[in-house]
Amino acid sequence: MTSVMLKDVTKTFVTKTFGDVVAVDNVSLNINEGECFSFLGPSGCGKTTTLRLIAGFEDLTEGEIWLGSEPVSIKKKKYYLPPEKRNLGMVFQAFAVWPHINVFENVAFPLRILKMNKTDIAKKVREALKQTKLSGLERKFPNELSGGQQQRIALARSIVTQPKVLLLDEPLSNLDPKLRESMRFEIKDLQKKYNFTIVYVTHDQTEAMALSDRMLVMDMGFVQQIDTTTNIYHKPANKFVFSFIGLSNFISVEISDGKVYPVNCKGENIECEILKSFKDKSAVLASRPNEIDLVSKGGFRTNIKSRVFLGDYVDYRVDIGGQEIRIQTDTDRDFKVGDICGVKFNRLLWYPVEEEITEEEREKRKII
Amino acid sequence: MFNLVKIIKGSKELKIMGNGKIDTGIMLFALSLLILLITVAMPLLMIVYNTFFYKFSFDWSLFIKMVFNPDNLKAILNTIKIAGIVTVIGTIIGIFFSWLIGRSDIPFKESMKSLFVIPYMFPPFIGAMAWELLLAPRAGYLNKFFMGITGGTAPLFNINSIAGIAFVEICYYFPFVFLQVSSALERMDPTLEESARIAGASQFYVIRKITLPLTIPAIGAGALLILISSLSHFGVPAILGWSVNIFTLPTRIYEVIYKSAGSFEGIRQGSALSVLLVGVVVIAILIQKRVLRSGHFEIIHGKSMRPILIKLRKFKYPFLTVCFLFLAFTVLLPLFIIFAVGSLKAYGLPLLFKNMTLGNFIYVLFHCKLAQDAMKNSMFLSISAAIITMFVGTMVAYVVIKVKAKGKLILEALATLPYSIPGIVLAIGVILVWSGKLVLNLYNTLWIILIAYIARYMTFSMKSASASLEQVHDSLEEASRASGATHWGSLADITIPLIRPGMIAGFILIFLPAMRELTTSLLLYGPFTRTMGVAIYSIHEDGNTVESSALACVAIIIITIGLIVLRIITRERKGK
Repeated sequence: MTSVMLKDVTKTFVTKTFGDVVAVDNVSLNINEGECFSFLGPSGCGKTTTLRLIAGFEDLTEGEIWLGSEPVSIKKKKYYLPPEKRNLGMVFQAFAVWPHINVFENVAFPLRILKMNKTDIAKKVREALKQTKLSGLERKFPNELSGGQQQRIALARSIVTQPKVLLLDEPLSNLDPKLRESMRFEIKDLQKKYNFTIVYVTHDQTEAMALSDRMLVMDMGFVQQIDTTTNIYHKPANKFVFSFIGLSNFISVEISDGKVYPVNCKGENIECEILKSFKDKSAVLASRPNEIDLVSKGGFRTNIKSRVFLGDYVDYRVDIGGQEIRIQTDTDRDFKVGDICGVKFNRLLWYPVEEEITEEEREKRKII
Repeated sequence: MFNLVKIIKGSKELKIMGNGKIDTGIMLFALSLLILLITVAMPLLMIVYNTFFYKFSFDWSLFIKMVFNPDNLKAILNTIKIAGIVTVIGTIIGIFFSWLIGRSDIPFKESMKSLFVIPYMFPPFIGAMAWELLLAPRAGYLNKFFMGITGGTAPLFNINSIAGIAFVEICYYFPFVFLQVSSALERMDPTLEESARIAGASQFYVIRKITLPLTIPAIGAGALLILISSLSHFGVPAILGWSVNIFTLPTRIYEVIYKSAGSFEGIRQGSALSVLLVGVVVIAILIQKRVLRSGHFEIIHGKSMRPILIKLRKFKYPFLTVCFLFLAFTVLLPLFIIFAVGSLKAYGLPLLFKNMTLGNFIYVLFHCKLAQDAMKNSMFLSISAAIITMFVGTMVAYVVIKVKAKGKLILEALATLPYSIPGIVLAIGVILVWSGKLVLNLYNTLWIILIAYIARYMTFSMKSASASLEQVHDSLEEASRASGATHWGSLADITIPLIRPGMIAGFILIFLPAMRELTTSLLLYGPFTRTMGVAIYSIHEDGNTVESSALACVAIIIITIGLIVLRIITRERKGK
């Protein structure tokens, strides 16, 4: 069953300095019931705006949004349901816990609006606080609690009415790294228990990987890829997705006589299978540092430019026909700086040469 | 001086630093303390001393006599009544407009935001003069117009009353709350309101349960400013109440001294009443703090997002009309009447174009010795007070924020004290210190007024410099010293240039109110040291309405030019 559906959603902001800015450009997606779905992308890519469109804080410029079998925004029919009628739970980056009321009242707020009776409210609040490990802190005020506890209040508040869909807008980015990791598991556990759909916005790819079943990678308001986490990691749709998910090396190459050479360097060739569509063209090869090996014999011959020992692995920099790449390999292969070695690519992905997006263009889009 | 060195040496921060910093730190600290002791502490101590001591022995009979004098009791009651009305209504108006501009989709927001600050810069006593021209019970233009229509003899509104005084003060004091609440609404993290919406709350429920409670600290701060200002305000009750025997404590203090023709007994009685007035202000502050004790919380968050604006729909234009009518009524109408009367050939003539002339302006600008002197004096006083106070205030702020000496709390307290000390009280203190009883006799010179101005505007300058200094991270100066610059060199090359815009803004924020200052100057002026405010006031009290209006116009024009300069400077700063 579909839980959240976006159909051809576009959102344009009118700004004074840049005129109309398209923050979300023709996005369509289906999120299934009980799924944990992430929006991933750099800041200003449109992910938060997309989430706010689902929440109803922004009205869309084009398209439709459905929650389950109910429409909440349909531009053509000028239909728009305000956020308070959408029956969603939401957690914000800055906690947004109300500082003037105590923990109990913060969590009870949505129930009071439903005009529930006192005993039911107390029961539900206690349950939500227990689930978020806040039992015993009912009478405390938010400023007496830590950041992690404050975010738990926000979480308790968002699940107390047991909504079908939970929207999370970078909920962990204001927490310290250790706490962030443990909160990830807590969110996951809560989801298993209540089986709600999670729409999760983040710019942190590890977080997105750890939490989600599927994700949407966005940039400049456009959908770059919608896929499962494994596919996004192993089969990135384009250079942007490749570089955004994990560490990346790119080598610009040209192909002549069925051989692959680093661009402007017709010395040694890189041994690899040439993808059919790239015969006799320029291309960009992409590879992750941990999918490259250093060997003493064979491979692309070069020497070690730098070496950093990092415990679990060693981080090498080597030169491939004038282009520096990074290699992470286990500590056994003990090459030193200056040593001659061979570079062996275990896996290479092929991408067409694209025009780079200028910083200026990026800034323009970021305005919102 | 020995204690002072101990205080500074006790500061951990300084022990770690090199010798150079200790020396500079001590010097700046000592200098700041000295200036503040002379300008702020001494006048206040002299007031207390003269109230409770007579011929070197404790004697509080004067104070008791003054408190239980029926006229004074009535004045206390009036003061509290007026301040109460002004605070309550001013706060409500301020909240209403700040909410309308901060959270609704009313058009022309940016221009309205600046328009609503105009009343804040409008000299209230000139406003009072304007409203008296409009609404004096018999001669006011609006009242005459009203009586002409109804054919009766009952005026529309009698401005020479408690309600009238309160009304004029509201017009010029509501921006205190407006500014505070507007800035709180701007800085408030919008997700606080959004999370209530998503929890199912309607727009108006959110206003009631989230927005309003969260802005309570800002409302409280603004209301307190209104309360203190109104309690110690002199100009409006002096213009509107004096002639009909309605006195507030500040005007009563002036009356006591005025009647005694400057004798020492009069000054002593004035001091006793001053202690009383300060007592009322302190009690008001304490009550206010108690009422608003709950609620000290952060509502600010760095990530700025636009808050959801409430759609006014069919109420959009009615509300817009309310805004413009309010502005027209409180700003344009008084301005118009002051300029119109200032150009009349003679007071009492109908406001017709054929009765207008530029003669009055030419007279006050080029022929009237009193007005010319006053303009010269005010220019000299405002510019020198602004320059001196700007530097001293910056120095105090620097010692408090950057040097972090242990005694900084004393400095901070002394520098912020003048803000809650009524101008008339400060004037009496300055008289007691500088009229020859202690060291120098500066009475009847410009210097005594200058000293009073410096004390009076110290808080403005200190606050303005503090705000800029807090933006300058300690490491910037440290980096300069690490590169080999001396403490003084780093100050001159790094810190001062970085806070220069704040200092210039501070300069203008002192220059503007000093240009139109009335209360302290009125007690301190001598035959040749009238200021603009005093000149306008005394020409007005002499019954020369037309000339005083013309001079008021000149003052308004000077203030407006200053404001425009201020805006240009602050805009440049934003641009960076």
